[in-house]
Amino acid sequence: MNDEIRKSVRRVDAVAKASGLAKYISDYDFGDILYARLVRSTRPRAKILSVTVPELPEGYYYVDYRDIPEKGKNRIQMIKDDWKVFAEDEVRYVGETIALLIGPDRERILNILSEIKIFYEDREPAYTIEEALACKGGAMVGDDNIYGEYNLVKGDPDTAFNNAARVVEGTYRTGFQEHLYMEPQGMVGTWEGGRVNIYASAQCPYYIQKSVSSALGVDGKNVRIKQVTTGGAFGGKEHFPDVIAVPLAVAVNKIKKPIELIFDRIEDISYTCKRHPSRITIKTALDKENNITGMDIDTVINGGGYESSTLIVLQRALLHGIGVYNIPNAHVRGRAVATNTFPSDAYRGFGAPQGLYAIEMHMSQVAKEVGMFPADFKRKYFIKNGDMTITNATMKDNVKLEEMFAAADEMSDYTRKIREYENDPYRGIGISFVNHGGGFTGNGEQEIIKGLVRMKRTGENRAALYVSNVEMGQGLQTVLRKIAAKELGLKYTDIEYDNPDTDIVPDSGPTVASRSTMVVGYLIQECAKKLKGKWDEGVGAEAEHRYIHPSEYKWDQDTLQGDAYPTYGWGINVVEVEMDTVTYEVKTTGIWSVFDVGIPMDDTIMDGQVSGGVIQGLGYASIEKCEVLDGRFRQHTMADYVIPTSMDFPEIKNKFIDNPYKYGPSGAKGAGELVFDAAAPAYADAVQQLTGKNIYDIPVTPEMIMELEE
Amino acid sequence: MAKTSFILNGEEVSVEADPLKRLLDVLREDFEALGVKEGCGEGECGACSILLNGKLVNSCMIPLGAVEGADIVTPEGLRETEKGKVIIESFADTGAVQCGFCTPGMMMAAEALLEKNNNPEESEIREALSGNLCRCTGYDLIVKGVKTSAERGKDLW
Repeated sequence: MNDEIRKSVRRVDAVAKASGLAKYISDYDFGDILYARLVRSTRPRAKILSVTVPELPEGYYYVDYRDIPEKGKNRIQMIKDDWKVFAEDEVRYVGETIALLIGPDRERILNILSEIKIFYEDREPAYTIEEALACKGGAMVGDDNIYGEYNLVKGDPDTAFNNAARVVEGTYRTGFQEHLYMEPQGMVGTWEGGRVNIYASAQCPYYIQKSVSSALGVDGKNVRIKQVTTGGAFGGKEHFPDVIAVPLAVAVNKIKKPIELIFDRIEDISYTCKRHPSRITIKTALDKENNITGMDIDTVINGGGYESSTLIVLQRALLHGIGVYNIPNAHVRGRAVATNTFPSDAYRGFGAPQGLYAIEMHMSQVAKEVGMFPADFKRKYFIKNGDMTITNATMKDNVKLEEMFAAADEMSDYTRKIREYENDPYRGIGISFVNHGGGFTGNGEQEIIKGLVRMKRTGENRAALYVSNVEMGQGLQTVLRKIAAKELGLKYTDIEYDNPDTDIVPDSGPTVASRSTMVVGYLIQECAKKLKGKWDEGVGAEAEHRYIHPSEYKWDQDTLQGDAYPTYGWGINVVEVEMDTVTYEVKTTGIWSVFDVGIPMDDTIMDGQVSGGVIQGLGYASIEKCEVLDGRFRQHTMADYVIPTSMDFPEIKNKFIDNPYKYGPSGAKGAGELVFDAAAPAYADAVQQLTGKNIYDIPVTPEMIMELEE
Repeated sequence: MAKTSFILNGEEVSVEADPLKRLLDVLREDFEALGVKEGCGEGECGACSILLNGKLVNSCMIPLGAVEGADIVTPEGLRETEKGKVIIESFADTGAVQCGFCTPGMMMAAEALLEKNNNPEESEIREALSGNLCRCTGYDLIVKGVKTSAERGKDLW
């Protein structure tokens, strides 16, 4: 049965997209439309003294915090509601929304924009983790600039360090990363049926509905969100669309006309959220026989000007911070700091890539200290079924890392090559081991989401599925159809599944956290079983199914103890590189991967996820440099923020190891983020092996290698 | 404003517009060629790729005034041809399409390559696609899509 569902089918959206017939937000004609531009802060940290707006021509509007209805509030209701819809008296980052300027002519809007004068009283900004911890310019949040702190303790790490024969320490840093979905952020707001409607390129229609309705002070049903075909997202269209949808909704509510807000690329790179930069210090206690007895991990991430979802990202960084290892005594500490950079937010992996990068580099460096090759050393500590996790629950997965390593080794010839390359100044090979918890952390699927799906028989041999999860390139519209079709004994093309509209679909949760196939797919599978039981009721028969957390997984969100995730995807990457010893340019000559995603729901779609995730991860590791200069992202065009092209990396050789999960549809687990996680540490490990010098920071640029070598 | 005439997908057309207007905007706004996508507006991403006198170009970098008398093919034209259909079907069958925003441009790049070289090596395909960025696929399945197009359409190019 599983062999049947994994068989590749043609994606339902492929032909329309390849032909150029699929319509993205900029392809729709809303008739007589107005255009909006954001009036943004030009200062990283300042008090707004006054704003001078020139007299506006007929048909032009300036919309700011004063336009928020009395019942509403000037807050964006995301995970934390500290981010304002429109800045009032202070700004915390360059690009913060102060107002919207709206009118019928785009050129004229730009002219008026240049005449708007904002008077500021500047304060000294803090951009880096170090500056934030030192409260440069005075604390901006609380009295210490810390949004939140968590500590996870397993065993007795203090005793382990007191009794250690030696301690190995390293500090690892990762930078901002831009999503660079090919379609920039965009949406159109309209006034239809006496309420605000938003058509958006987005991952989470119900997130937008919640933030818009809360800011306007209306019931959720008084706001309609329709997702339109979305040209890539990677987490960048998880919360950020709320940041522009809410001001747009305030404007539509005031003007009652259709308004378009679509970013150009420079705006998109300059003024959207990035991956959280991190600084992670790891200390490892070793006994006389060079066994690890304890570990101390201190993680700090840069949340930027507002908290938003930062603490949830931090939690995931900590929960993945000890990687795939069973360390008897460990302390994992995490803090998120407030700075005057653009607020950081969701990005494929959601904190896990930072934690996994640091632990993987550190474990390789400890291996070197004790005179072992990285894989040989790391394998001694692989967590197994029944071992205690960092949150003091037993590992419930049947962990197949040894089998996966054997497959990776056979494909890549890692064990032979790493010995052969030991004294080779031109060639190197690296390896990384990762896992990724699928779905929301702990019992979040039950406590926060309570996902609900609905299905309906719509014809003799047809059914429709209603979910709020979106196709954004990952193949969901095909995969969920396959899952439903399998249960109903129909063809996947006989299942209807439109881009979600909050008027039509129930809230099955956001399209995030590698949950859509594993969690929502399972709900669809169970719902389809119910519908099958009602099939004889005829066309129109309906069934619903709501998420119930499996009782064997316990979690306490206050203490972060218990089963952090019901199951994990597992992954191994091997990367082989060559270096030009004159220019220090690194060329990747081989990429191998092995993944346990439970059962792939479509082999070709999963191959596409693997290639896309690994290459995005290799970009993060090597070329995607994003620095802050005077509060602005220095790389803000596609000419200077570079992503991998078709020539930068060779073809990936991948293998899946089957390991079905009982609460996943046909055994599937989450996969979309897992495939990103392993690439950066494998690449940096390869360069580290080649140069014989420890690598601490990514991206690993030729300039960095030159400094290490000299 | 000036009148500019050119051949668009095999038909003679003309438009009254500012000769400095970007060809990308002319194609999208005046001719509803919505398969031409704006990904960056600075000639880096290739989402707005078209064929101009048989050559693959970024339409965001070309002013209308420069195309007087030119022969222009957009995804709207290519998809109606036998070659275009082979590329679309091959892309669909190999899993080359994910979010789809880069795909019409990729299709133009594939056509431009196959016109010159109907049996390309993998390295030649990678080079031919290198001006078209994709963030979803990691390119492997697009490369496969172009290879499959060449195999299936070997009598066409």
